[in-house]
Parts: sequence; structure tokens; C-alpha cells
Amino acid sequence: MTGGGESFLLLAVFVILLVIEGLYCLILSINLLRVLLGLELLTKGVTLAIAAAGFASGRIASVQPLIITVIIIETVVVAVASGLIVAIARRHDSLSVRVTRKLKG
Amino acid sequence: MAYAFLILPFFALILVNLMPRRLRAPIAFGLTLALFLAQTAAALVVLLSGVGGLAPAAAVAAPISPGPGIEGLLGFHLHLDLWSLLAILSAGVVGAGVLPVGWSTMQDEGRRLIFASLLLINLMGINGVALATDLFSLYVFIEVVSVSTYILIAMGGEGDAIEGAFKYLVLSGVATVLLLAGIALLILSEGDLSFASLARAAGKGGGLGRLGVILFAAGLLTKGGFVPFHWWVPDAYTGAPTAVSALMAGIATKASGTFGIVRVALALSQGGGAMREALIGVGILSIVVGAFAGLAQRDTKRMLAYSSVSQVGYIVAGLAAGNLLGLLGAALHFFAHAVCTSQLFGNVASVERATGSSGLDRTGGLGKGMPVTAGTSVLASLSIAGLPPLSGFWSKLLVVIALWQTGHQGYAVTAVVASLLTLAYFIGWHRRTFWTKPDAAVRPAVEGGAALLVPVIALSVVNVGIGLGSPFIIGLFVR
Amino acid sequence: MALTVVVLSVMVAAALWSVVTLTMLRAAIGLALVSVLLAVVLFTMGATLAAVFELSVGAGLIPVLFVSVVSLTRRQQQEERPMVRRIYFRRFWPLPLVLLAAGIALTFVHLPIAVAPPVQEGGPRAIFWVSRRLDLFGQVLIVVAGALGIVVLFKEGPK
Repeated sequence: MTGGGESFLLLAVFVILLVIEGLYCLILSINLLRVLLGLELLTKGVTLAIAAAGFASGRIASVQPLIITVIIIETVVVAVASGLIVAIARRHDSLSVRVTRKLKG
Repeated sequence: MAYAFLILPFFALILVNLMPRRLRAPIAFGLTLALFLAQTAAALVVLLSGVGGLAPAAAVAAPISPGPGIEGLLGFHLHLDLWSLLAILSAGVVGAGVLPVGWSTMQDEGRRLIFASLLLINLMGINGVALATDLFSLYVFIEVVSVSTYILIAMGGEGDAIEGAFKYLVLSGVATVLLLAGIALLILSEGDLSFASLARAAGKGGGLGRLGVILFAAGLLTKGGFVPFHWWVPDAYTGAPTAVSALMAGIATKASGTFGIVRVALALSQGGGAMREALIGVGILSIVVGAFAGLAQRDTKRMLAYSSVSQVGYIVAGLAAGNLLGLLGAALHFFAHAVCTSQLFGNVASVERATGSSGLDRTGGLGKGMPVTAGTSVLASLSIAGLPPLSGFWSKLLVVIALWQTGHQGYAVTAVVASLLTLAYFIGWHRRTFWTKPDAAVRPAVEGGAALLVPVIALSVVNVGIGLGSPFIIGLFVR
Repeated sequence: MALTVVVLSVMVAAALWSVVTLTMLRAAIGLALVSVLLAVVLFTMGATLAAVFELSVGAGLIPVLFVSVVSLTRRQQQEERPMVRRIYFRRFWPLPLVLLAAGIALTFVHLPIAVAPPVQEGGPRAIFWVSRRLDLFGQVLIVVAGALGIVVLFKEGPK
């Protein structure tokens, strides 16, 4: 694959598709775990975006540590979120988003 | 030298967790408190000995170039300027205040240790945000603050704590996605992520670079709880244990978003007029929405949460206005808000301990039994509402003048009106909580222990002190 | 190039599947699949170390976390079953159409993109240890915080 602006555009299309999927899932899901799934997809989307940006501008080696950092941080967040979901499920005996909805914006 | 702000808390963290069983709790408390106070003192000393304007001066940090060996091991590339010191100072002060409050509201020893550890991590996160050299490091440390906050919230006694934590996590996660999207675009168009390239991207053309800046800023605004991204704030603040709300309002959410905006605004000062206007708009919007919403609240913590949204609006408006008075006002308000809002949450903790609730309908007539709480909360509320001679007055005044000077007269007037609204609901809160007749059935209220009172009194002293000292401080910068 | 497009398309499809599929177990598998494909793409772009991380974490750790949550909340998951099918269908059916439309629309977008010039670079190890040391410190902090969080959260019994 060659670098340059063109390749970024191509990759960007897929980034946007992933983002759409992630957002859709995050906003419309009822199950808390599925909401987390949406967040995960969003994160994968931006990870791809960062990689694409690095690739297209020929600095993939400098961007690599950034990607790795993002992956690590993302993992910790998912771990904490999972813990929260389990705690919520135990408390309210339900995995529904209704539980968080009742906190008014 | 500057890296001490990162290394020392880390050692404290290790020590706190490795202490032998019996000694643990008191040592953990003492050590952590000592650390926060030391940080405050150090930041103050460096700040006072520093001279010059509020522009991002070249790094005061001794640049230790990382190489092999022990000395190299400890060296970080850090960016230390007056704004960094401001944030570090605020973090130290708020942390020192929050620790005792949290300690007394958590009974189990294991939890207390985890609380202290997370507080230390949070502090290191804020210091890291203050000292970051480029946008990516900014993101990393914002995440450190966020993740430690998620857990701190979940440790809450209140029923809604864990749910609130989850909601915050998700919304904060979306904010992170925005930050990263902005970073990606900036990598593409500018190649590097230093603050200088942020300025370049904001200034000159290049649609993608501009979009990157906007996305990054949007992420920061969401993290900081500005309008229209403030929806997570009331729930997160209310569900959390009150000490954590104090932490969040005082410094954590602030450091996350507002400090990032500080960097962005400073970068924008070289250009990007349209974006600056937008930023001022966001600030004003936050001020207004926060003020109006605060009026309608029945629960004290929610009211304070909205008040906090309003206050950060002033900070951003001042920053975006860009002139010396605006920057100075923003800086002062950053500190004043940190001190006063944390203190108010501390007051709420006392009220909760005395009455078991923070709802406005269920507390009342506490004035007689809790004079300290009543008195200090008056001081803090008036400061936030902007009454002389308290700290909030000076900072808000500067921001208003700055807005006027830069041609935003309408905004300036709005800011003043919002201030009056803020005063109104704080007075209302006071009346209902402290001055009405106590219900005969309710048991008489008593002040909480020293752990709750000392920090609150100390913060009040700082509040008044800054208020009295402001003319002097201002004089230092305006020649 | 064409290969990358194919891989990415399959990735998007896998993501779609994980969003609409009925059980969270299958969704976790879908997510793992997305990670694998993403890792492949990263590899072809030259970010080999990152690809390895993505693979081990995204196709390993994270699905394991999801599955753990599922098994720990089995009872609550059961509650969901009856209403899920109907509700989810009603909510999610537009998604594939939206994706298709967006995909097609975007291929017609042609923006002139000014890209920053490439630079001479060091290896990842050098970069992490030298110029990004601060980030490394931050990551350590986050991992510690996460560990503390897990400890706290698993002490939360049913109230």
C-alpha cells in the first residue's frame, strides 16, 4: 500500500463506517454490555484513524507508540467498565440501560 | 526538578501500599496529606519566585536529557510554565482538603487505603496534564485522571454511585474518541503534536488541521463539562461520594478539560479568530445554562454541579478573550473556583453527616447547631457569586472587563447577570438549609468532626486571603 | 491495496454482525474478529508491534473480559431474552442501510489533502524510552489505577 493523501481518504471511509456502527450501538443499546461494545468499536475506529494518519504522512514508526498506548489505555477502561457492569447487575438484578437512564440528565 | 511532582507522589503511592498492617492507616493518611501540602508549598514557592506575564514562558524546568543510567532514568521532557504551576498548586490545595473529608466518610480501612492510592494517582494525573509537552501526553494524563475518577466515583456510599460512574465512563469515553480523532487529523496535517503545531493548525488554512483542532477542543470541552456537553456532570457529581465530588469539581474535571482548553486557547492567541469567538460563546453558554439550571435544583450536590458548570464558563470566556486581563481573570478564577467549590462540597459532607441527606427538602434549620459550616459556606458562596472582597469577585471582575475590552459588551453584561442569578440560588440554599426553623422531629444538628471542619476552615482562609491579596497579585502583572 | 480494502470491508461487516447479533457471547466473538482484522491492517501499514498488541489485547484480553461479564451475570442476561429479539430488530434494522449509503457516498468524496512531509524515524523502542517516556509513566499509572479499580469493584457484594 502506498502512502499519501489518497490512501488516507480510503482508510477514512472505513473509519467513518466503524464510527457510525459504534455510535449507533452505543446510543441505541439496551444492554449495558452492548453499550460498552459500541464504545469499543468507536475506539477501534479512531485507532485505525491514527494509524491511517501516520501511514499517510509517512511517519508510521513514530505513530506506533501512540497506537500501543491507546490500546493499553482502552484495555484498562474496558476492564474497569466490565467491573462496573458486573457490580450494577448484581445490585439491580438487571443489565438494562434503564438503570442508568433513571439518573436524569 | 519539575519531575519531582511526578516522582514523589509515585513513591508515596508505593509506600502507602507497602506499609506493614498495623501502621498502615495513620501513615497512609499522614504521608498522603504531607505530600499534598508539600506540593502546594512547592508550587507556591516556585510561582512566587517566577516573574513575568502569563504567556507560556519557556520551560522553567531544568531539562534533564534522558540517557542511560540513574540520572537519565528520572528525566522526563516536561513543560513547566506559570499555568502548570497554577494547576499543580490548585491540585495540591484541593487534594489536601479532600483527603480528610473522604477519610472520614469512608469507614473501612481497606477502602481508605485504596481511596488514598487513587487520590495520589489522580494527583499525578493532574500534574502530568499540567506538565505535558504535547497533545498526546495531554491525552494520556487526562485519561489517568479520568480512570482514577471513575473508580473513585464508584466507591461512593450513595446508591447511584456505580451507575453514575458507568454513565460518566461512557460519556468520557466518547470524549476520548473525540480527542483521538483530533489527534489523528493533526498528525496528518501537521505531522507532530506539539502545542506549536496546534497553533499552526488553528491559524493558517488547511481544513483538516482546523477540523482536528475543533475535534480535539470538543473532546476537551466534554471532559471539562462545558455546555453543550455537560449532561454527565450532575449525575456524576451527585452519585459520587461527596469527597470525590469535591475532588472532581475542584480540580479533576477541571484539569481534564479546562487545562487542555488553556493550552488550546494559548495556541489560538496567535490566530484562529473564529475559533476564539466560538470558544467565548461556549464559555458564555456554560455560564448562563449553569446559572439557570442551578436555580431549579432541589438537591444541593446537583445545584453545586451546575454552579461548577457555570464557573468553568467564566474561566474559558476569560481565556478565549485573550488579553492580559482575561488570562489573569481566568487564572484567578481557576484557583478561586477550585478552592471555593471544594469547600462547599466539604460543607455538604458535613450536612450529610448531620442529617443523612443533601436534599433541600430534607435539611433545614441547621444554622444553630452548625455555625462553622454555615459561616464558611457563606464565604464560599459569596465568593463564587462574585462579591467583594472575596476571591471570586476579583476574578469575575477581570473576566467581565476583559470581555468588555475585547468588544463583547453583550457577553459582559450577561456574565454579570448570571452572577446575580448565582447569588440568588446560593442565598436560597442558605436560607433553606441554615436559617429556617428546625423541624422539631429532626434531631439537633451537630458539627462533624475535625476531619470535616479543618479542611473547610483552611479553604475558607485561603478564599478570603486570595480575595484580600488579589489587588496585590493583579498589580504584579499589570504594570 | 485491493487486499486491504477487502480486509477492511470484512472488518466493518464483522462489526455490524457483533452489533446486531442476539447474544453478547456472539458479540464478543465479533469484536475479536474485528480486532484480528484491524491487526492485519496495522501490519500491512507497517505498524508491526502495534499489530501484535492489538491482536493479543483485542482478540484476547477484551473478549475474555466480555465473556467473564456474561458468565458472571448469567441470571440477568436470562431476563433479557424475551424482549430482545423484537426490540433490537426494531432499533437496529436501519444500520446496514445507513452503512451502505455512507460507504457509497463517501467514495465520491474527493478532498485535496495537504499532508505533512515524512521524516526520518527511530525504532519504537527508542521512541518509547526516549521521547515518549512521560507517556510510559502515564500508562503505568493507568494500569495501577485499573488494578485498584478491579479490587474495589469485586468487593462490592449485592447490597
